Amino acid sequence: MRHTISVLVENKFGVLARVSGMFSGRGFNIDTLNVAPTHDATLSRITVVLKGDDAALDMVTKQLRKLVNVVEVVDFKEGQAVQRELLLVKVKADGKTRSEILQIADIFRAKIVNVAHDSLIAEVTGDEGKLAAFLKLLEPFGILELARTGQLALKR
Amino acid sequence: MKSSTSPSSFPKPEIGKEMKGAECVVECLVREGVDVIFAYPGGASQELHQALARTDKIRVILPRHEQGGSFAAEGYARATGKVGVCMATSGPGATNLVSAIADAYMDSIPLVAITGQVYSKYIGKSAFQETDFFGMTLPVVKHSYLVMNVHDLPRIFKEAFHLARSGRPGPVVIDIPKDVQQSRFSPVFPATVEFRNPVVSETPSATDEQLKQVLALIAEAKRPVLYVGGGIISAEAHDDLKAFAERTNIPVATTLMGVGAFPETHPLSMKWFGMHGTAYGNWAVDQSDLVLCFGARFDDRITGDVSRFAAGAKIVHIDIDTSEHNKNKRVAYPINADIKQALSRMNELMAASKFAAPDTQAWHDQIAKWKKEHPFSFDESKHIVPQEAVQALYELTKGDAIIATGVGQHQMWTAQFYDFAKPRRYISSLGLGAMGFGYPAALGAKVACPDKQVIDIDGDGSFMMNIQELATAKIEGIAAKAMILNNQHLGMVVQWEDRFYGSVRGNTILGDENNVGGPDNPSALYPDFVKIAEGFGIKGRRVIKRSELREAIQEMLDHPGPFVLDVVVPYTEHVMPMIPAGRTVKDMILK
Repeated sequence: MRHTISVLVENKFGVLARVSGMFSGRGFNIDTLNVAPTHDATLSRITVVLKGDDAALDMVTKQLRKLVNVVEVVDFKEGQAVQRELLLVKVKADGKTRSEILQIADIFRAKIVNVAHDSLIAEVTGDEGKLAAFLKLLEPFGILELARTGQLALKR
Repeated sequence: MKSSTSPSSFPKPEIGKEMKGAECVVECLVREGVDVIFAYPGGASQELHQALARTDKIRVILPRHEQGGSFAAEGYARATGKVGVCMATSGPGATNLVSAIADAYMDSIPLVAITGQVYSKYIGKSAFQETDFFGMTLPVVKHSYLVMNVHDLPRIFKEAFHLARSGRPGPVVIDIPKDVQQSRFSPVFPATVEFRNPVVSETPSATDEQLKQVLALIAEAKRPVLYVGGGIISAEAHDDLKAFAERTNIPVATTLMGVGAFPETHPLSMKWFGMHGTAYGNWAVDQSDLVLCFGARFDDRITGDVSRFAAGAKIVHIDIDTSEHNKNKRVAYPINADIKQALSRMNELMAASKFAAPDTQAWHDQIAKWKKEHPFSFDESKHIVPQEAVQALYELTKGDAIIATGVGQHQMWTAQFYDFAKPRRYISSLGLGAMGFGYPAALGAKVACPDKQVIDIDGDGSFMMNIQELATAKIEGIAAKAMILNNQHLGMVVQWEDRFYGSVRGNTILGDENNVGGPDNPSALYPDFVKIAEGFGIKGRRVIKRSELREAIQEMLDHPGPFVLDVVVPYTEHVMPMIPAGRTVKDMILK
């Protein structure tokens, strides 16, 4: 089972290590992890996506709630949250291929944020399926580098 | 946001006079009611020792190894329920505290471990005696702090002590760089602590609805048992438990952490159960139709194969830590509550509703029969067997001593043949199982309870692991006794070798393996614990003959100072009964 766990934490020294240690100490491999401050600068939100059986995940969320600097833990079920990820991809692009890539980007509502004579960087936002489809179409052109935020999630 | 006050006598935030960080640490300790600290100095904690040297409110005990000091702090905490405090310098001093911190974490013991750290400008530079102690201890602490700003010290100490002793108790680490200790400032001492985490801030309570459901289950039960653990002791709920068990007429089996939570001399007591516990306690839990698990955690040494544990029972699990619910065993009735609140409220509800205990006479008759047929027992020998030595000590102390232990066979025999009628009398490293725990823990307990007889019942292997603490006993004048059940082997591992590994000895003989000492070969006994004790300036005696056992124990008890009694026993005894690891009650070996 895939889980998206949202952890609201105090923005303090060592909190990320405590939260990630709770997963690694129990043998979970994290798929994606995102950390950033919220509108309240004293709080950060950590969003973790990982696979694991429900009972084991239930145990981890209870353990997370015990951490002194954790304020709230939510394990989102399918459809309970709006989920988005932002991705930056640098793809090979020369005079012959550039327009075709731009067409694909247009369909996916991706923005071209940098252009060089032999490559370009596209920025695209979406759910997991959309990003996977976009990358699949870009693959034949040659993906040079990739960076993504990991899933972000907010309750509907 | 919730706040709570700790038992400080300073109700309002208060601005202190200008002082150094190290002096502020001492002031914080005094405000938390700390009267003793086990501390070994070094470069990065020297400032703290200088500040401690200028107060007469805190006794500083110098152990001879940081591990000894930290186990002593645990012994102090386990004997009193108060927060134990230990301190060490950075690097190797700090790493030597790790076993005790992990031990306190496993057994939920309130402990504050203070460590010096290198100057903050050197952190991360691989400076002399630098380790990332904050990072190293993350998996074994309830919480931890690296103090980077001296102004945070008063708040951090107040939080640390509150966290260590509240809710489910546990260890808290405070790592303080040397420059923070040296900084001068005017501290502001807060009167209360505040946490944004709701779980940390609130003590959970059971609702009347939940508790009435438990009472309804009891009313219908034919074969109920109480399975109670260390949570009863942490919550100071032993009197509530006794009233509850008597009112409901339910037999009680404890875990090893729960030894003393219910008087083992009580007719309803089944002593303790699990791998080496009573046969009748194990059978009763196995055949029960209602298991009331209060303040325990379904440890593998209790359950064996957890899927077949108490398979025919409805299980109620009341615990202050909801992360224990359904962790090891899925139960039908998990209740998140402070066990003292739950028990005292159930007692009130029973009184108000004129609750009638169910008729379980047939069940009590069955348990009485099991008790009669299969008590803890041993065969007498021409030599002193270890069980006999424990039994003799029980009789000569009239069951009224605080007993610490190391880890292994002697630890089990102590729990089997000494009946504990009160909590905080059996002091043992149970979750972690840390050898070397016994003697330093006895020192800590004796410092906390100077008027009580405190005896470490130890193995020759475990005793050797912190034998240097004899110097602490002598120099600090701490009259803790050690009774070594000396079988010249690592007895528990030998027992497993005998049962499961064809008696092949894999590094389990502690002396010369070609000339093994024992009661039939006393000249080969190694080492000479009496001479070692003498070297430390401590009185010792070796006893080999059965006829001299009681008189030797009496000499140890009568001696006003620390004492080492070396009781030479055969290595051939096994701890029985035994449920092999991962198996079930059906596989219990009785002989």
